[in-house]
Amino acid sequence: MASNVWVYIDHFQGQALPAAWETMGAAGEVAAELNTGVAALVFGHGVDDLAQQAADYGAEKVFLCDDVTLADFRVLAYGAAAAKLAVAETPEVILAPSTTRGRDLTALLGFELGVGVVADGIALKVVDGVVYVTRPVYAGKLHATVSAPGACPQIVTLRPRAFPRPEPAMGKAEVLQVEAALSEEDIGLQVTDYAASASEISLTDARIIVSGGRGVGGPDGFEPVRQLAVTLGAAIGASRAAVDAGWIPYSHQVGQTGKTVSPDLYIACGISGAIQHQAGMRTAKVIVAINKDSEAPIFKMAKYGVVADLFDAVPALTEEFKRRLGK
Amino acid sequence: MHIAVCIKQTPDSAASMAVVDGEVTWGDASMVVNPWDEYALEEAIRTREQHGGHVTALVLGPESAREVLKTAIAMGCDLGVMLSDEALAGCDARMTARVLATAIEKLGDVEIAIFGKQAIDGDTGLVPVSVACTLGWTPISYVAEINEMDVQNARIMVARSLEEGRQNCSGALPAVISVVKEINEPRYPSFIGIRKASKAEILVWDLAELGLDAVEIKVGESSVTWDDIRPIPARGGAVELIQGESMEAIAVILADRLMADRVI
Repeated sequence: MASNVWVYIDHFQGQALPAAWETMGAAGEVAAELNTGVAALVFGHGVDDLAQQAADYGAEKVFLCDDVTLADFRVLAYGAAAAKLAVAETPEVILAPSTTRGRDLTALLGFELGVGVVADGIALKVVDGVVYVTRPVYAGKLHATVSAPGACPQIVTLRPRAFPRPEPAMGKAEVLQVEAALSEEDIGLQVTDYAASASEISLTDARIIVSGGRGVGGPDGFEPVRQLAVTLGAAIGASRAAVDAGWIPYSHQVGQTGKTVSPDLYIACGISGAIQHQAGMRTAKVIVAINKDSEAPIFKMAKYGVVADLFDAVPALTEEFKRRLGK
Repeated sequence: MHIAVCIKQTPDSAASMAVVDGEVTWGDASMVVNPWDEYALEEAIRTREQHGGHVTALVLGPESAREVLKTAIAMGCDLGVMLSDEALAGCDARMTARVLATAIEKLGDVEIAIFGKQAIDGDTGLVPVSVACTLGWTPISYVAEINEMDVQNARIMVARSLEEGRQNCSGALPAVISVVKEINEPRYPSFIGIRKASKAEILVWDLAELGLDAVEIKVGESSVTWDDIRPIPARGGAVELIQGESMEAIAVILADRLMADRVI
């Protein structure tokens, strides 16, 4: 059987992002509708393990492009190899997670292949061969159904944590070696080094986020938030107010000018819930609001609310979960 | 050096969006410079302050988009160019990129084009890389810091903000960069700037002026179509306020609820 739904396996230094496997899951469903199979694009250097993992997540075919010029993701190098392959193999659909790399790669592919790109899907439906994508627009305040019916391939990026991650099973894929398309001189960009952020849990991948806002009152006020996060194995978020006040680095900001997150559980501590903050967290499954002000807009979004001082409520919750989780 | 900064006009980030008869509306909320583009404007102006030259701000949009060019000039940009044509209504990211790239080429001597990382309406983030591809320039997205601009040797050294942290890299000029919030703190327009902007001449280029053919670039039948737009589904039900005799009692009830919901 042909494998006409392709998935870009997004990884950092050989470690796949969870969103890559979520995208594999969505690809399986699209492929079933189109009566075809899934092929994975595994590009990098020394990434044989990823090829096997892609098979375990349902790829029937892996296009493995292993080259020293692909050790770091560089959009020109990855894009040129992917575009050349797509021209030769004519896939019907190309999916990628809407991570920094997935977005850049699909923009380049759209340009090279002369097709529009549908970005940031949170749900998919296939009708008569056309992939209809539900995506948030206007900072998540509206939903649009978007498609590129005339495009071949149809290129779509999917938002992390919007699709379930399938269970991997021992898989076997046909692995096809692919050559890089550009030489080092053609790439025009060199990666010097990385300054990785401290080994904290990534907000975009997190199942649970505990977030602090203006109500924490200062840098020290994040301590109870942090304690609860550690107890729950959660990532730490913040509102713009807390970031702009300099209480916590920007990398923690959730909202319109920060990160967009979709955890199973979002605990908002001392966050009023301005519309710009809502833009970043409204797709959380369960929202808990802890705030002194019972009129705060966050209570309108929350499933559970505690009208109390966070400095009383958050430590009490931490103690309760420590007891229950045996920590 | 000649710096181009590409901006977009969007509804204010505080606007409540609604859909009336299939059309998106935002009541009486104002139209503003796309918030991400404020960082691009600031970085363009800082680059000129360090390296000399001039900054041209470009916007693609209807006549009303003139206002954001005035804001750009009030902040310190030297020239505003409006790319406006009836045939561009509803154009997708790829066509937007084609038009912007053509305009940048027409400016002639641009060495760097700066964008915000995405616009808060369409939210695709596709345009900067597409513009770089169209021009054949180096695409460098998610820039959190410009460490060095070596105009002599046509190199730019930047730190990019990725999921995993910062990546330091060096790219060839000319380049198209997109910037993130960490890069700077945008200035407010000065009083003198506002006066200058009110009198500034703004160039208006339509497709004919750009030498683009509406049919050839498929303007009007955008290859990405918005089939439907609607309010987001309401979150189910009203909030349950957890009450109890003590904070400990409240914590017990809340923990029960969250475990029953299987989110812990």
